[in-house]
Amino acid sequence: MKLSDHWPPLPRTVHPGAWWLWSLGLATAASRTTNPILLVMILAVCGFVVVRRRGDAPWALAFRMYLYLGAFIVTMRVVFRIVFGGGQGDIILFTLPEIPLPEWAAGIRLFGAVAVEQLLGGFYDGLRLATMVVCVGAANALANPKRMLKALPGALYELGTAVVVALTVAPQLVESVLRVRRARRLRAGGQKGLRALRGILIPVLEDALNRSLALAAAMASRGYGRTGRVPRGTRLLTGTLVVTGLLGVCAGLYGVMDASTPRYMGAPMLAAGLVVATVGFVIGGRRVSRSRYRPDRWRPGEFAVVASGLAAGALMYLTTRVDPANLYPSLNPLTWPEVGLLPAVAILLGVLPAWLAPPPEPTREPGPVAGIPRQDAEPADRSIPQTARKQP
Amino acid sequence: MIRFDDVTFFHAGATEPVLAGVDLHVPEGELCLVTGRTGAGKSTLLGAVNGLVPRFTGGTLHGRVTVDGQATEDHAPQEFAELVGVVGQDPLAGFVTDTVEDELAYGMEQLGMAPEVMRKRVEETLDLLGIAELRRRALRTLSGGQQQRVAIGAVLTAHPKVLVLDEPTSALDPTAAEDVLAAIIRLVHDLGTTVLVAEHRVERVLQYADRLVHLDGEGRIRHGEPAALIADSDLAPPVVRLGRLAGWEPLPLSVRDARRKAADLRARLDGLEPSAATAGPGEVRLSARRVTVAYGQTLAVRSVDLELRAGQVLALMGRNGSGKSSLLWALQGSGPRRSGTVDVGGTDPGNASAKGARALVGLVPQTAGDLIYLDTVDAECKQGDGESEVAPGTCRALLDALAPGIPGDRHPRDLSEGQKLALVLAVQLSSAPDVVLLDEPTRGLDYHAKRRFTETVRAQAAAGRAVVVATHDVEFVAGAADRVVVMAEGEIVADGPTAEVVVSSPAFAPQVAKVLTPQKWLTVEQVAAALGREAETL
Repeated sequence: MKLSDHWPPLPRTVHPGAWWLWSLGLATAASRTTNPILLVMILAVCGFVVVRRRGDAPWALAFRMYLYLGAFIVTMRVVFRIVFGGGQGDIILFTLPEIPLPEWAAGIRLFGAVAVEQLLGGFYDGLRLATMVVCVGAANALANPKRMLKALPGALYELGTAVVVALTVAPQLVESVLRVRRARRLRAGGQKGLRALRGILIPVLEDALNRSLALAAAMASRGYGRTGRVPRGTRLLTGTLVVTGLLGVCAGLYGVMDASTPRYMGAPMLAAGLVVATVGFVIGGRRVSRSRYRPDRWRPGEFAVVASGLAAGALMYLTTRVDPANLYPSLNPLTWPEVGLLPAVAILLGVLPAWLAPPPEPTREPGPVAGIPRQDAEPADRSIPQTARKQP
Repeated sequence: MIRFDDVTFFHAGATEPVLAGVDLHVPEGELCLVTGRTGAGKSTLLGAVNGLVPRFTGGTLHGRVTVDGQATEDHAPQEFAELVGVVGQDPLAGFVTDTVEDELAYGMEQLGMAPEVMRKRVEETLDLLGIAELRRRALRTLSGGQQQRVAIGAVLTAHPKVLVLDEPTSALDPTAAEDVLAAIIRLVHDLGTTVLVAEHRVERVLQYADRLVHLDGEGRIRHGEPAALIADSDLAPPVVRLGRLAGWEPLPLSVRDARRKAADLRARLDGLEPSAATAGPGEVRLSARRVTVAYGQTLAVRSVDLELRAGQVLALMGRNGSGKSSLLWALQGSGPRRSGTVDVGGTDPGNASAKGARALVGLVPQTAGDLIYLDTVDAECKQGDGESEVAPGTCRALLDALAPGIPGDRHPRDLSEGQKLALVLAVQLSSAPDVVLLDEPTRGLDYHAKRRFTETVRAQAAAGRAVVVATHDVEFVAGAADRVVVMAEGEIVADGPTAEVVVSSPAFAPQVAKVLTPQKWLTVEQVAAALGREAETL
């Protein structure tokens, strides 16, 4: 096999699992440090990869929302430090009037002196959380979250569909609330509170109910929920196996966590439960007479994406063992954050998918119509009457 | 292929049957058009084909429905998936996935087909319906006609022998409807699919139908050759009524048939003029200057100038998404407006309070049901009186004028589409606005309800109001509107008297105009009046 067979990567959809593992690797890296320089590097890596490798589908455009959410988290952290956490640190920036609290609220302070250390502490903390959120957002923008559900094992298919439908309903619900609220304005109903709520709630609920009935009917008539020719006994058996197995897993987990339970309730129970549940899933998966259209496969591109993300996470973890000094910049005494070689390399590894991952396929076919937002524009031109514009 | 044997259906708790002793056999490869007034049981008949009625709707079904020998009493709707494809009125409500290609594959995945077969059939279906360039698009970003074609494609991939379509074109503009119908005709011709289609807009489908099934509203059906059955049907499209007027034998079903016979009628009408429907327009009620509506980076309405005059009915036309609704909402003042001015009697409704705007301009939105939320008609009317600060009983009196005889204790959801529209209109008219805007009011109305609604609209104009109706329904426009404005891409591209604008347009011309062009006749009523005949009996 020549390298030229694989380079440059041709457009195709990447397995959503690959992007999720990559982003989890970066999020792990972010969780290991509060160094703002490293965190900003991770943000830059995420942003760069997203810009280079996302498609133009609606979910890909949600990345901006995660950036806003991140900014909100950072701001809230800093504001909370000003409101509640006053007094820690020597370099006082300014002093707000302190609100005296009763005796029983001892330990809580409202406003008061605001120190640089305290603000920076809030900022570092918030930035770390924001970076992790943005990593998740990057995965959401790069991989269709619904395709991820398609990769579930066959026995969990029904569950996956239910989640997909729920994901579709949420934006529709928002849409109908907006529509009904706008319509309520037309009637200028002056009610407030509960009565106004009723005016919105009833049409929206009715709308949602009608939609879900229509969807259920459509899904049934297209074959969703076909049991095929599976004997009743088999169905009963798989159901029992899965439920018993999952109960075993729960009991086992409890045993492992709680030191006071008998030994046999721990790891052995967990293992037995897993085995029973797996057998149930396998038998259940076999009875499912469904197939998958163009399933995503794991190919070299996917492995490259996963490797870069996991390498970033792993190297960062290694840094915490060998050279943790610069990962948590000191606030007391206040020092300028410094960056070691190892963590910098770790994070830069995460940017590789920007070149190694296959680019997404364009949503529109290339051709003369590309770039025209409405592709039915051409035939509709006929519908424009030839009369010149006139005022009556 | 489809066989109904003595089928009777009752809704749960009902004493009157929806279907009473229906016997029907639709042979393989036929296109069968189901007609009937609103609530006559068209959807019930269609739903019974794959067992959704009564398994999803409840109620009791006597008798036997079989498709290709498989009875609905023995098999669940799921087991009919490879036999019957069902497409509803609102395609978006039936989509399970979110891209075109996934949606086409969904049904086949349920049937457990081999990946190679799925791949091949998706490609074939994309080509068959002419939607290949949409394959990776998100479903929500498609236009109405495209969505409807994808919905048809999504059931076709399972290669059903029967296709059931419930009002497939009712929400579409004329051009998109043509595209969808062309796709359906192609299936009948090329694949031999048996198609059962219900449609209010009989004029769109009649010419293609091999068989007509007419529901009389009391549960009985008549079926047979379209030409024979339509002769005395009360749901005849304009071209058939014109044929009756002119005494053509056999009756024409398509514009083309009628045009070939129309030479002598055109000669008889030569020199006659359609009578002017109304006196000239009155004073200006609303004047809009450079109105622009933008949603983010998308321009919905671009710098539109519009004047609405008292006593005039204006029809606002244009393809789906051309900015009609945005313009209406901006004129009313409740919708966003980026720039421009609207002037109603010296006040801008955009700056007025919700109450003030309502007294200036009344708007009935596309989903009129959004405005109704109380338990009874009387409660809604009382609420309407309170909102408009008028004497109690005003709204009810308006309602009785628009649609007499609606019981006050009836739940608004149980009203027919026409009655519901009348109720919403009465609520909006109770504040006595000088300008009335109606967004797609004729959706779901049969010919009779539409005729009543035409009278209502004309009466409002005669009372000195300025009326705007945004609609795709060319036949309604021909009968009701004095002036037509056509929008495209947020701009006004044509504006003039109805006859002048629609006659020259291939998409917006009503059937009578197409038959009698170049003469400017729009409706059967006009022709009948000119010939000195009564059109009511046609």
